[in-house]
Amino acid sequence: MSELIAPTASATATALKPRRFGAWYIAEHRLLLMRAYGSTILATSIGNPLVYLFALGVGLASLVQAPLGDGRGGEVSYLAFVAPALLASAAVTVASEEFTYPVLSAFKWNPVFIGARSSPVSSAQIADGVIIAVVLRMAATCLIYFGVMLLFGAVPSPLGAVGIVTATITGLAVGVVIMAYTSTVTEDKGQMAIIQRFIITPLFLFSGTFFPLEQLPVYLQWIGWLSPLWHGTELGRVLSYGASEPGWLSVIHVVYLLVITVVGWRACRIVMARRLDK
Amino acid sequence: MSPLLTRLDSVPAPVITASSLTKKYEEFAAVDGISFEVAPGESFGLLGPNGAGKSTTMRMLGAVSTRTGGDLSILGLDPDRYGPEIRSQLGVVPQTDNLDQELRVRDNLIVYGRYFGIPRSVVAKRADELLEFAQLTDRAKAKVDDLSGGMKRRLTIARALVNEPKILLLDEPTTGLDPQARHILWDRLFRLKEQGTTLVLTTHYMDEAEQLCDRLVVVDKGTIMAEGSPAELIRLHSSREVLEVRFGSDRNAVVAEQIAGLGDRIEVLPDRILIYSADGEAELGQLLRLGLEPITSLVRRSSLEDVFLRLTGRTLIE
Repeated sequence: MSELIAPTASATATALKPRRFGAWYIAEHRLLLMRAYGSTILATSIGNPLVYLFALGVGLASLVQAPLGDGRGGEVSYLAFVAPALLASAAVTVASEEFTYPVLSAFKWNPVFIGARSSPVSSAQIADGVIIAVVLRMAATCLIYFGVMLLFGAVPSPLGAVGIVTATITGLAVGVVIMAYTSTVTEDKGQMAIIQRFIITPLFLFSGTFFPLEQLPVYLQWIGWLSPLWHGTELGRVLSYGASEPGWLSVIHVVYLLVITVVGWRACRIVMARRLDK
Repeated sequence: MSPLLTRLDSVPAPVITASSLTKKYEEFAAVDGISFEVAPGESFGLLGPNGAGKSTTMRMLGAVSTRTGGDLSILGLDPDRYGPEIRSQLGVVPQTDNLDQELRVRDNLIVYGRYFGIPRSVVAKRADELLEFAQLTDRAKAKVDDLSGGMKRRLTIARALVNEPKILLLDEPTTGLDPQARHILWDRLFRLKEQGTTLVLTTHYMDEAEQLCDRLVVVDKGTIMAEGSPAELIRLHSSREVLEVRFGSDRNAVVAEQIAGLGDRIEVLPDRILIYSADGEAELGQLLRLGLEPITSLVRRSSLEDVFLRLTGRTLIE
């Protein structure tokens, strides 16, 4: 049979580049699509941190009378406290935009994934490419956000810059879970709005974003423990103003975010293959 | 080299070999053990009604869907192991256009060319040539959404050619297009055929199969009913001519009994009676002599539609 004969090198050379860089070609395409609403992306990337930092860090902060402990006997401004949380939330917001309708659409209304599948690119590479492109957008958003935080004087420690990375990973962890789900959706029955209202918004409110998680009744604190946003926010605080927490807890934050990312990413690939390789 | 060896050498190896190719979804066999070969440069068709298993076959030929049984070799490679290698040498025109409607016409070609790892400068040049070929040069900057159905189809074909494929797979290439758009498309496909591109197409239009296919298989319910060139199939499974007469849907069946024995064979369809014969005019004369006056009558050459009707007892478009 033909498959017993090893194919010649020239017969297989045509796919060397797609086998290696296929995911990047998909990412190129996704980035080109983002360029269509590039001005909106840029405006929100600059506008959001300005509005939030001003409203919370300047406005709300004037009402926050109780001194916020940094956990080491020192005090920290409300602005510095809330800024790392807003940074991580910004990445999660991008994730909740880019991994919902654009993914659903690429299967359904503008089925570019199905088109891509006829090319040498594999299903797993399609999933990877989508994720890579969103990671780049999240990183860019976080970079701009961080720049505005600096302008507000919201980052006491130079280590705070590492928060750009942890925030991006936080967005990624939430994002791959969303994408693994949206990739299974075949009919739009408002699931995307449900994700936004019943998952993203509660995460935002109950992940120790605006007040320390310990302030919540114990029976609500689990939301924070499960929320990648809480882990990302806490890491950001450690980096930004040296919030004190046991070393093992910081390790848990990192491990938790990475485990969710790896498991969610793998799930995205599996779901993509199940859907496209029929 | 002996003359025999030279001759053996010059027999080209098939670019596609399928033997007992099967695709089952749980218990249902969408493709049920079909076997065929396609020679390089050949234009090969799968003709059959909707649901015959044509698209499933095409997805397996396209190294996207994995077979559940049988053997398949495309360009000498097994799609189970060499999917990306095979797909990098194929052009695929799917049944429903899946162009990126959010991108402009030319960008669609460039983005797709990149999927194959073609460098930007090369793909940009090729995109311009393909727009020329698809007669879309003046629409290069248009949004895909603003194109007509025929233009979208031509763009999809241009996109399928961006990697200079050895085989072009076309699934129902002209379904849903108006006659003029179909003829433009056929002309483009004919040019590709002349240039030596291997074409594999599915269709449920017999005229399309007759126009484009050197050889075809008639597929129904996942199996091959017949194989040959359009002319061969017609010769083998039908008469030279067909007389079509209409007596009104309530009378057709009654009249058919009266004229039993006319021609080689008679088929009664809900809206008309088909009388197969070497000489359709003569049969019409007979019919009139019997005192029967059809509302309309038409003598035409036999087509693949008749072959299909003969083989399956059903029409292609139901």
